[in-house]
Amino acid sequence: MLTLVTFLPLLACVGLALAPRSVPDRVCARVWAGTAAADLALVVGLWVGFDPHGGMQYQQNHPWIPAAGVGYHVGVDGLSLPLVAMTCLLFLATALYSLRETRRVRSYVCLFLFLQTVSVGLFVALDLILFFVFFDLSLVGMFFVIAGWGHGGRARAAALTFFLYTFTGSLALLLGFIGLSLAATPHTFDLLELVRGNPLAGQGLYAGLVLLALGVGLAVKTPTVPFHTWLPPAHTEAPAAGSAILAGVLLKMGAYGFVRIAMPLLPGSWRRYALVFVIVGTVSVVYGALVALAQTDFKRMIAYTSVTHMGYILLAVGAAGVLAGTDAQARSLAVTGAVVQMVSHGLLTGALFLLTGVLHDRGGTYAMDAYSGLSSHAPRFAAATGVAAFAGLGIPGFSGFIAEFQILTGSLASQAVATTCALTGLLITAALFLRALRHMFLGPSRLPAAAPATGFRDLVPSEAAATVPLLGAALVIGVAPRFLLDVVEPASRTVTQLVAR
Amino acid sequence: MNENLAALLPETILLGAAVVGLLAGSLLPRRRQWAVAVLAAAACLAGLAATAWTMATGREQTVFAHTFAVDAATGLGRLAVLGGLLLLVAMATRTVRSHARESEFYVLLLMSGAGTLVLAGANDLLLLFAGFLLAGVPAYALAAFAKDGRGTEAALKYYLLGALLGTLMLAGTAVLYGAGGSTLYSDLRTTLPHASPALVAVGSLAVLAGVLFKAGAVPAHFWVPDATDGALAPVAAHVTTLTKVGGLIGAYRLAHQVLWGTALDWPGLFALLAALSMSLGNLAAFFQTSVQRLLAYSTIGQVGYLLVAFPVAARTGLAQQSLLFYLLAYTVTNLGAFAAVTALPHARTLEDYRGLARHRPALAAVLVVCLLGLVGTPPTGVFLGKLEVFQAAVEGGYTWLAALAVANTVASLFYYLRWLAPLFRPAPHEQPSAAHRTAGRGPVATACAAATASLLLGLAGGTLLPLTTGPLLR
Repeated sequence: MLTLVTFLPLLACVGLALAPRSVPDRVCARVWAGTAAADLALVVGLWVGFDPHGGMQYQQNHPWIPAAGVGYHVGVDGLSLPLVAMTCLLFLATALYSLRETRRVRSYVCLFLFLQTVSVGLFVALDLILFFVFFDLSLVGMFFVIAGWGHGGRARAAALTFFLYTFTGSLALLLGFIGLSLAATPHTFDLLELVRGNPLAGQGLYAGLVLLALGVGLAVKTPTVPFHTWLPPAHTEAPAAGSAILAGVLLKMGAYGFVRIAMPLLPGSWRRYALVFVIVGTVSVVYGALVALAQTDFKRMIAYTSVTHMGYILLAVGAAGVLAGTDAQARSLAVTGAVVQMVSHGLLTGALFLLTGVLHDRGGTYAMDAYSGLSSHAPRFAAATGVAAFAGLGIPGFSGFIAEFQILTGSLASQAVATTCALTGLLITAALFLRALRHMFLGPSRLPAAAPATGFRDLVPSEAAATVPLLGAALVIGVAPRFLLDVVEPASRTVTQLVAR
Repeated sequence: MNENLAALLPETILLGAAVVGLLAGSLLPRRRQWAVAVLAAAACLAGLAATAWTMATGREQTVFAHTFAVDAATGLGRLAVLGGLLLLVAMATRTVRSHARESEFYVLLLMSGAGTLVLAGANDLLLLFAGFLLAGVPAYALAAFAKDGRGTEAALKYYLLGALLGTLMLAGTAVLYGAGGSTLYSDLRTTLPHASPALVAVGSLAVLAGVLFKAGAVPAHFWVPDATDGALAPVAAHVTTLTKVGGLIGAYRLAHQVLWGTALDWPGLFALLAALSMSLGNLAAFFQTSVQRLLAYSTIGQVGYLLVAFPVAARTGLAQQSLLFYLLAYTVTNLGAFAAVTALPHARTLEDYRGLARHRPALAAVLVVCLLGLVGTPPTGVFLGKLEVFQAAVEGGYTWLAALAVANTVASLFYYLRWLAPLFRPAPHEQPSAAHRTAGRGPVATACAAATASLLLGLAGGTLLPLTTGPLLR
């Protein structure tokens, strides 16, 4: 079942790649949307049949390269299922958004279908090498999206920076994985077996080095300060759909890696160095927000808020590793908050990047100065962007609030100073979003010179269909979060127990 | 004494086909010379069948007074070389079709391939040297096959360095014979530890120099860029890929069977060579503009990764496994890249590949798979090989070497992407440019086959890995 969910997009991709050239572009885009919808339906089916207290479910385990201890082992639990669902929803939204794409549609569609398989596969992988394979392939797919469909001359340089940075990170990750597997007897890359065996318990320096390798690898991808410098150019140059996937799904891979791999597999060193993660997380929150405040480019600003939002996740997982002065409930709350934040950020930032795509499509630039009074031209666009921005700054009623509230409550007990610092991040984010909204949507009407004479066209149905459901999902999580929390909470309790052992 | 000629069936078939091909080539009219290519392909297939039969029935043995070992390493070497030869014959059909010396091309290729097999299986210094010559002399001629200025220069450089290091190798053999009283590995293993360390060091280094020349490793790498750039693409593929298989398996056998017993710090030396090879190869590849030259430096870098398995050979069973699997995966992947180059005879520089994805999507896909494969991106075979090599290095206590290899891998990404990125850039003209004219269907199909095999090796590597684990025979 999970295998089907994972590889259905790849099947469609192969089918499209082999299809005769006479197949028109419109059909390709629709095949993508259809596949994404079918995949989402399958995931909904998975969710319905999922037992929140059943631990790892829908497992499939086949030997792949037994001589090296590598297997094809997949499964979902409360940590990965929400991310899989978010991924499928976001890809469906991107597919709907891309119905209007005109440049080399077939290869574009194939790349995104490939990326969907890779992203879902990463979240369900329970084998370190399988995880790494998907981790690496996501870079390859995204490299070609940025280089091939980016905005201009600098797209290739941005793609190269992105690839070199994250590839370095992924190789550090690989070294860490090798270190983990060699410590186990017999050597294995199976995640669950490694969790059971806890092979690095009591190996001080060695375990610390492995955690360093894993930490660097995942931090580059997440990204956290000081490994975030690839992110703004990649986002600025990527096409809107690519940005949405990059921010919504690919960034989660790093954060998910912390919760799925680093915490349960290296509990001892995680506890010892938890403070490092708390500090890095807090610095990312504040630094990301401050730099975002200084941006004049709307898309770049959103890119930097991603650094802020991912910083919260790191703060939460770091706080979950500090046992002193806290109880299991608070730590579990922090981990739950981190997972909800991943889902929430995926939905909201995905929507925001798709909306900036609309902005660029109409006005040809992301510069905030170039626009003014847009709400009179395009009320639907203004409303959608406004909702997304408010949700992103953590207003109650949306998923961002649920996530950040849990993170801050869970971390406050043990990390009062860091949490207080992180609170200022919330404040700055609110300021910058409000400033941007005021600048672009209110005031006298003004459009960039490049905009067509017909004025600024409002959201068309396909664009609305892509963004509104994402915001709707964020609203549902914000108002009635139980359906999500019921799934996440048991899994985060498990993680907290594993870290505390 | 075991004189079972059937154990040498693949080598015998190649040489037999070379002789028959030479005779047939002098009798056939020029437009029917393709029959020799068919004969060569048939010989490779027969050799592969014989190898599979040997491996499946467990006929590991040493033959002719233990001078030649038929074991897991030889078996894997045969698979790589014979499979590689098959790909080479298929990709070269268009390049040499109706050439005045068409049949000679295949004959020389077969002989050089047979020599490579001898290098891989030799358990005796003299046989190792015979393999060196048999693999080398036809390859010198092949390098100059086009009879143009660049080809001649390539051949001359390749030949001069080969002659120099070959002589050195022979001298080393003589020194080791003097020190150990024999040329057979199993005898040297017992006698050399008691011989004068200076003699052993000088002799072994000289012999190693010859073998490393075949592998194209630093410091015997100076021929690689010129020979690869100047020769025809299929020939360049042969001298950088197949002879490497023979050279490295030969060097591993020598190191494992003889050198490890002596008191010198061989692991340290090999670790140094590995580090130098990968770093120099990758750094030099950075700003190359000719694709064949870029591939040449990339192969030097790849030898570095392969050599990482050497220092840990005595400490972990993973070393041999990783080396052999990496070699096999590397052969297929590198030949795929060269096949793509062969298929586009008019595209010599990176800039010529601009816009290829639009006009030749199949070849662009092959290049993506093979070049990213050479970087070690999953799920290609080289990724698995690299994973194994890193694992072996970390387990054997050479974590710094693994870390250096990782750093080099990242660096190598830069120049592979310099080649890949133009493929997807819009072409300067709407019409396919002259550089994108393919040589024909044969090379394109070969390239696709090699890329597919490279992917399959990664996905189904689990079934092949057990073949790499048998002990080396003495």
